[in-house]
Order: sequence, then C-alpha cells, then structure tokens
Amino acid sequence: MTFNIFLQHLANGISLGSLYALIAIGYTMVYGILRLINFAHGDLIMVAAYIAIYGIMMFKLPWWLSFTLAVIVTTIVGVIIERAAYKPLRSSPRISVLISAIGVSFFLENLAIVLFTGRPKPFPQPELFTTMLEVNNVYIMSLTFIIPVVTIVMLILLNYLVNKTTAGMAMRAVAKDFETSSLMGIEINKIVSYTFALGSGLAAIGGIMWGLKFPQIQPLIGVFPGLKCFIAAVVGGIGSITGATIGGFLLGIMEIMLVAFLPSLTGYRDAFAFVLLIVILIFRPTGIIGEKITEKV
Amino acid sequence: MPMLKIENLHVYYGGIHALKGINLTVPQGKVVSLIGANGAGKSTTLRTITSLVKPTSGKIYFQGEDITQAKTTSVIKKGITLVPEGRRVFADLTVYENLNLGAYLRQKDKNGIQKDMDKVFELFPRLKEREWQTAGTLSGGEQQMLAIGRALMSRPSVMMMDEPSLGLAPIVVRDVFNIIREIHDSGMTILLIEQNARAALKVADYGYVIETGKIVLEGPGKELADNDEVRRSYLGE
Repeated sequence: MTFNIFLQHLANGISLGSLYALIAIGYTMVYGILRLINFAHGDLIMVAAYIAIYGIMMFKLPWWLSFTLAVIVTTIVGVIIERAAYKPLRSSPRISVLISAIGVSFFLENLAIVLFTGRPKPFPQPELFTTMLEVNNVYIMSLTFIIPVVTIVMLILLNYLVNKTTAGMAMRAVAKDFETSSLMGIEINKIVSYTFALGSGLAAIGGIMWGLKFPQIQPLIGVFPGLKCFIAAVVGGIGSITGATIGGFLLGIMEIMLVAFLPSLTGYRDAFAFVLLIVILIFRPTGIIGEKITEKV
Repeated sequence: MPMLKIENLHVYYGGIHALKGINLTVPQGKVVSLIGANGAGKSTTLRTITSLVKPTSGKIYFQGEDITQAKTTSVIKKGITLVPEGRRVFADLTVYENLNLGAYLRQKDKNGIQKDMDKVFELFPRLKEREWQTAGTLSGGEQQMLAIGRALMSRPSVMMMDEPSLGLAPIVVRDVFNIIREIHDSGMTILLIEQNARAALKVADYGYVIETGKIVLEGPGKELADNDEVRRSYLGE
C-alpha cells in the first residue's frame, strides 16, 4: 500500500469517525444527565434523512433550507420523545425508562415504514458534496472533507455551550445531582429538554451527512449507526463528551483501516465494532476516559 | 409576622408517617434550632419546606404567604435557601461555578453576582484562593464553607442548614458555628438542624426537639440546654 492510498484511507476513517462522534455525543449527553441509554437516538438519523429528502423532492426546497429544516424538526422530535416517553417515568426504575426507549425506537421505525414504505429512497446529492478533489493523484470526494469540518465546528460550538454558558453550567450540575440543582432554582425538566435538543440536533446533522455518504434511505437506516455510535460512546467512556468524540473517531478509523489492511475481513466490518465493545467492557468497563462509577444518591 | 411558619405538617415517605403534625415558627432575624436523633424527621422538615417532598396535609407560610404547594424553584426565588446535608457541592465544577449556580435565578444581574461573590470571599478567604479549583478538591470544611457561600449567593431571607457540622473535625465544627453566628449577626434568619445538640442550642435563640415525627419539647435555646430530659437524651450528661 502506497502512502497516498494510506492517506486516502485515513481521510475516509476520519470522515466516518466524525459521523460516529456526532451521533455518539447524543447518547453520552443523555446518559450523563438521565443515566439512560436512549435507544431511540439512532432512529433520529432516519427521521432527519427523510425530512431532508422530502424537503427537496416534494417541496422543492433548496438543499440548504431543507437540511436546516430537517435539523430543526428532528431537534423538536427529540424533545417531544423525552416529554412523552421519558419524563412521565422520571421517578420510575431505570429499566422502565430503558424499555420505553426501546418502544420509542420500534415506534419510529414502524411509523416510517407506514409513512414512507420500506422501499429505499435515494438521498439527494447536491453538487457541493460530490465534487471530486485531486490531491497528489489521490481522488477524494469533497464530502469526505466536509464531514470532519462540520463535526469540528459542532464540537467547538458544543464545548462553548456546555462549558461557557449558564445553561451549560446548569446542565453539568444537573448531571451530577438533581436535587441540589433544583435547590439552586434550576428547573430540571427544562435542562433535560435542552440536553435532548442538543443531542438530537447533532444526531440530525449526523443523519444528513450519513445520507450524503450512504445515499440509500430506508426506515431501518438508523439501527446500525445507532448501535455503533452507542458502542463508540461506551468505548470512549459513556457520560463524557470528550470520550464519545474519541470513541467515535477511534471506531471510524479502526473500521476503515481493518478493511483496508485486511480486505479478506471486510464482511466482518460490523462484527468488529461489537468485538471492540466486548473487549472494552471486559478490560475497561468505564471506557477510555473512564468516569468513575459513582451511584447517584 | 414570622419569617417562616409551619402548621400541623404531615408527611408520608412511602408508607412511613415521617412527620406527624409539626408546628414550628421561625421569627425574623433569629436562629432557630431543630434537634433530634437520626430519623426523627429533621431533614424531612427542611425538604418539605423546599418542596422536594410534598406534604399530605398542613401548611407552610413564608412571610405570611402560603407556599405549601409552591414548586422548589419558586420557593428558592421567594428567598428560602437550603444548605443540604452532606454539603452536596458540585464536585466537577469550580468554586466559582458553584457560587455562580447559587445565583442561578438572577443570572442577568452580573454586577450584583460579582458583588455578592466578593462578599462571600470576604467571609471565606480560603474560597478566594481556590476560586478556579474544582470543588471536589476541597477539604470537607472548605466544602461546607462553599455550600454556605453558595446558599448566600441566592440572597436569601431565610437560610436553612441541614447538619452543617456532620463529618467535620471538631476544630472545623467550631469554625462552622462561628460562621453561623457571623451570618446571623448580619441579620440573617436561620433554621438550623443538628445532631450536635450542644452547639446547636448554644447558637440558637429558640429550639425545638423532634422525636419520631413529633415536636416533643420547645423553648429558648438556653432553657432547652438546661432541660434535664434534653441533657440526658441529647447532651449525654
């Protein structure tokens, strides 16, 4: 393998890793605040992708407007899911909320089958994303660069929102201690909604880029990326935003490199993610950026 | 009009009848202590006032206004604050952020917050030195100071404290009670809960003794401290 080809694989890995990271952050933020694995999170990818498709194909919107709308609507869907399916269970055992999350996931998938049929729909490919760029005789699609750039911009923005704003400070407080946070006058439900909004917005951006990268959209499109990003979040250390980012990039790069260096294992590409999860759970259950496991009292 | 008044408060915790008709009055500018053994219902009383727990019956009045059904946020907004048991500072957040969260309900008032923070730092110079450290790195005593400072940041009219001396070294306990006295001298109304009955009664203008959800004794702090029964049960004499 020449160095150029290696670079091409690396670019692909970083690009895929960015996508994983964006989506994994939603898992980790929700887990950080509610100690809940939001299994419906992956399906938001599908929701965003379909909205984007319909905006362009049916309503003839320009792609950027359609994409923006998709992000906004998906964000609202994420918040509604929390209000409808998780908030009423706030004081129930955690397992009830988890089951509710699985229920929401099935609901969204089947609703999509009813609304959009099971037949795959092509995702529109605006020219900006499909231009081929030539670097040193290596051809790379512009999308491969756009994805990491968008991800980095989002990460910087998120870092600002979480660490520099009052709402972000409240979010970090609520993640640690519901009761004391409410004694500060923080309205827990508002902060939880805010967290879901941020996570869902990122998933929507991830979903649109997923659609651009793998332009065949069907109702179960969110299942596999959902599972993989959940793995990325766990590998990085669930509850930590930095962890989810690292986990996402790591998983993406390793997956691409596995296929690049050992082409005979291509069929095991998805299995690899799960093997990684098992290994991490055995040897480092708290992930790479291991948050110490402290039970909330 | 008393700052805080509780009338015939009943609270059930699951199946347990935790408070069985409590009556309690906290006059403006006074320190009132509520003493009693573990599980007597002291914390439940404070948690009910801040609406973390809902009462089954009874009334809570703040400056004459019925706040029994008010949400926690609006209780805090009205001017009641609670320094929770075990300090409960936000360990991952800096000292600065912890204090800032204390003033969460008036985030727009940046100047006021800075002024209040300076006052807190004047009261606790140690916190000023550690302004940018995370609260988890502080000692137990410093965390208690931070919890008190955080409570002051909300500009409360009445400050409730749940076992501020719990788990602290005796010399630090003395500091904490000196601080309570100092805050009281500045005009603050305080409702204090303690297992350390001796110290709590010494600082108190008025005291209540609670046993299994009922007030069994009350009186001026000094009188209670001299009461034979209190001395036998709570002062170990």
